[in-house]
Amino acid sequence: MDLQILTYLVVGATFALYIGIAVWARAGSTSDFYVAGGGVHPVTNGMATAADWMSAASFISMAGLISNMGYGGGLFLMGWTGGYVLMACLLAPYLRKFGKFTVPAFVADRYYSKTAAAVAVICLLTMSITYIIGQMTGVGVTFSRFLGVSNEMGIYLGMGIVFCYAVFGGMKGITYTQVAQYCVLISAYTIPAIFISFQLTGIPIPQFGLGGTMVGTDVSLLAKLDQVVTDLGFSQYTTALPGSKLNMFVYTISLMIGTAGLPHVIIRFFTVPTVAAARSSAGWALVFIAILYTTAPAVAAMARLNLHATVNTAVMSGGDMFAAESSLKHEDRPAWMKRWEVTGLLKWEDKNGDGRIQYYNDKTTNPTAQANIAAAGWAGNELSVNADIIVLANPEIALLPNWVIALVAAGGVAAALSTAAGLLLAISSAISHDLLKKIWMPDLSEKGELMAGKVAMAGSIVVAGYLGLNPPGFAAGTVALAFGIAASSIFPVLMMGIFNKRMNKEGAIAGMLCGLGITLFYVFAHKGIFFIKGTEYLGLIGGANSFFGITPEAFGTIGALVNFGTAYVVSKFTPAPPEHIQKLVEDVRTPRGSKAISGAH
Amino acid sequence: MDKSGQAYWFAVLKLLAIILGIWFFVAYGLGIIFASALNNIHVGGYPLGFWFAHQGSMYIFIALIFIYAKLMGQLDKKFDVHEQ
Repeated sequence: MDLQILTYLVVGATFALYIGIAVWARAGSTSDFYVAGGGVHPVTNGMATAADWMSAASFISMAGLISNMGYGGGLFLMGWTGGYVLMACLLAPYLRKFGKFTVPAFVADRYYSKTAAAVAVICLLTMSITYIIGQMTGVGVTFSRFLGVSNEMGIYLGMGIVFCYAVFGGMKGITYTQVAQYCVLISAYTIPAIFISFQLTGIPIPQFGLGGTMVGTDVSLLAKLDQVVTDLGFSQYTTALPGSKLNMFVYTISLMIGTAGLPHVIIRFFTVPTVAAARSSAGWALVFIAILYTTAPAVAAMARLNLHATVNTAVMSGGDMFAAESSLKHEDRPAWMKRWEVTGLLKWEDKNGDGRIQYYNDKTTNPTAQANIAAAGWAGNELSVNADIIVLANPEIALLPNWVIALVAAGGVAAALSTAAGLLLAISSAISHDLLKKIWMPDLSEKGELMAGKVAMAGSIVVAGYLGLNPPGFAAGTVALAFGIAASSIFPVLMMGIFNKRMNKEGAIAGMLCGLGITLFYVFAHKGIFFIKGTEYLGLIGGANSFFGITPEAFGTIGALVNFGTAYVVSKFTPAPPEHIQKLVEDVRTPRGSKAISGAH
Repeated sequence: MDKSGQAYWFAVLKLLAIILGIWFFVAYGLGIIFASALNNIHVGGYPLGFWFAHQGSMYIFIALIFIYAKLMGQLDKKFDVHEQ
């Protein structure tokens, strides 16, 4: 069957499944679905949290970035999973005991101040908008490939579909729909990985295949990959660093504490039945997330090897990669390359005029590679592959059957839509409920609140879509910026609210403002004020990555330190919080007396 | 906070310090700081430092959360602050 038609069919079928489950779950809830007292089982909740969490950045973009970055890409893997340990230990059970449904509501009560809550809403909005820009980048990639249009067109269409999806909203928040989405996501991710791992190493489990040896040889896959990429002038795959060790270190910390401070994930642990369940729920969520995250490095390394093998026949045969006939003739290129050329995300430019594709690192400083390249008469790298297409193109690169390619498209669409819609809901409730209703206009009617929420949603889609056309980086990189913002503003204020009884509203407000301020200052210097191209001010901070070589994506750690430090000092010089707040903090620290949270707005 | 409450909180902080100590050592020690040295050891086709950054740390994170949840449950019972 034609690939395009098959793709429509599979994507359509998965949507029918989600809607079907949504309808079934609604009908069931009237009988004894949620009423049974225990709520949702921690395992089921973990699966739903995993679907909520794994966005376009995890599904579409992350493996592509790891593929380019090699070892250093591990910062995404460790950063986005290690945060769950922090969340389980430091935040989830205590916030559950506190019994508030949103982060600004917690801040308002714990810091006995509407100003503190308003500042928290500002932090939350800045973070969510940045996050959605990253999602829109991923949405653009998915829809441009899925519908066979240019990347820009893909973003416009994606904006429309995300808007309908979020406003219609029925599918969101129904745990069993998310369970179904998780199943689609995870099979779309693992099935091609299993195929490819088996093709390359004869081992069907990708986690073991990555440590296996190439079929028919005794060379390990990673050693082979290391050798191929080093010969072509790239950094060695298993040791390549993102800038420096220090940068990798702080980047990982930023993603971890950002994860623990991510409002739309924390919320999930507010709704579990008990404090004890809040602890283990995080573990179950991580189990289901790790299935994708431990597969991702295999996808990354194998896609890299397959990509090089596609354009250079000597990669697999072990011949001379620099021989003229080893490079693939452009007219012989496989169909998947032609399909991706349409989107503009894969480009070929015949620099040396030989009609063949040379794909290598033309900025290499490795003298052996330089000599080989000069001798072969190559005139510059001719192929540019956008990192965000790697996962979606992966099954095509490995020449897997069409139904697998269609399944991956369905997974990409599910990932992109579910998280974007979830974030939009978080934004709209932050503006309409936490900001308008609770702070500015207490007498706002229910209807007005709903309307304000929709307007906020439409507004943020337009902003995110516009900025997504000229994204500040690849999807996962942009999302990493959002985590830095969460790390520098939200995580410290939550943690100090539980672990420091003496922390008062003055300290919290000053901490959030300074942490957020300095992080945005450094990020905007690199990426433009509010990510608008052309407004960068690198000169002012003394060049790119001028702060000890730390990249803007990693700067959240510094922001968090500033936040903690400022808050501590300010709280020392201002009055202690009132007696009842100190009692409240003591009470939060023990599980006894936890109440089911009702009145979720 | 009464005496038993303080003792409970102290025990909780001690447990957190141990769990997060392991967490930090695995991710930042084995996965980043000592990764180059560990890469001299191979497990199958994996250099060990690379394995910790791309695989091993995540398995250990999962184990840590479940161990933490179990030990906290025991602490709650011991100090009689568990949920009814």
